[in-house]
Amino acid sequence: MLPEAAHQHVHGLAHHFDTLEQQTEATTLGMWVFLVTEVLFFGGLFMVYTVYRSWYPDAFAAASHSLDITLGTINTAVLITSSLTMALAVHAAQLGQRKALMLFLVATMMLGAVFLGIKAVEYYQKFVEHHVPGPGFNFEEPRYAVHAQIYFSLYFMMTGLHALHMIIGFGIMAFMLRWAWNGTITREYYSPIEISGLYWHFVDIVWIFLFPLLYLLGRHAH
Amino acid sequence: MSAHILPKRVYYLIFGILMFCTYLTVQIAFFDLGPLNTIAAIGIACFKATIVILFFMHVKYSPRLTWAVILGSIFWFAILMALTMSDYLTRGWRTFG
Repeated sequence: MLPEAAHQHVHGLAHHFDTLEQQTEATTLGMWVFLVTEVLFFGGLFMVYTVYRSWYPDAFAAASHSLDITLGTINTAVLITSSLTMALAVHAAQLGQRKALMLFLVATMMLGAVFLGIKAVEYYQKFVEHHVPGPGFNFEEPRYAVHAQIYFSLYFMMTGLHALHMIIGFGIMAFMLRWAWNGTITREYYSPIEISGLYWHFVDIVWIFLFPLLYLLGRHAH
Repeated sequence: MSAHILPKRVYYLIFGILMFCTYLTVQIAFFDLGPLNTIAAIGIACFKATIVILFFMHVKYSPRLTWAVILGSIFWFAILMALTMSDYLTRGWRTFG
């Protein structure tokens, strides 16, 4: 069998792959390799968090207590729900259900937007309370002020980087929606949806760790 | 990897477990369990991450090579944590200072 002949009518198949299965396996693996770099990217911040928390556990607990646990919990639920709609989008793509796919992609984007909206409300509260590190920083318990500022630096870096990933994810979903709409995505060629889903779930997993580490620590202490 | 299509109920089940775990971890956080608070929080988070990876991300049905890549990332992160903390956590010992 000549490869060229086999390729002519396969939608979505790049010329350097023999079959769609081979291509899907390669692209999925490639995405996972990218996600590994992301694990170590966020991992550095988790590392810093662990060191400073082990040094200043009381200040971290006090600073953590100033976060809004209700909004944090709602946001966790929103993000988990968005992961469900993302998984269902991939499922619809696998079955070639174009309408369901578009619906679930829109649902995922909307839940992502709700997450970012709630996050913006939380950031606003932190600005009002003067909990943003910098010259205007003020903490209610003066003995913890210096170290609480380290906590809030980490809080804004980690949640900010996570929010940036959410914004990028939103853009990726917009692209996927376009591809679903114009028929690029088919029952056979659905790997773009699968791979975008991997990214979305990864961002969800980062939040699964951020939530207890930032919001729940020292919740019982005050 | 010819599409191993999971039935929808698997996704709903995983979603339910994830939501329950979120409820559980928030409830546990309000009790003072000493160091167990942190262990429980991280333990539940690891469990949630694992089921997301296995089912939402289809890794349970992925080739072994994918497994190797993922376990590799966890292993390297463990090296980062273990070697760094073996320094920071033992600085107070001062057995030779």
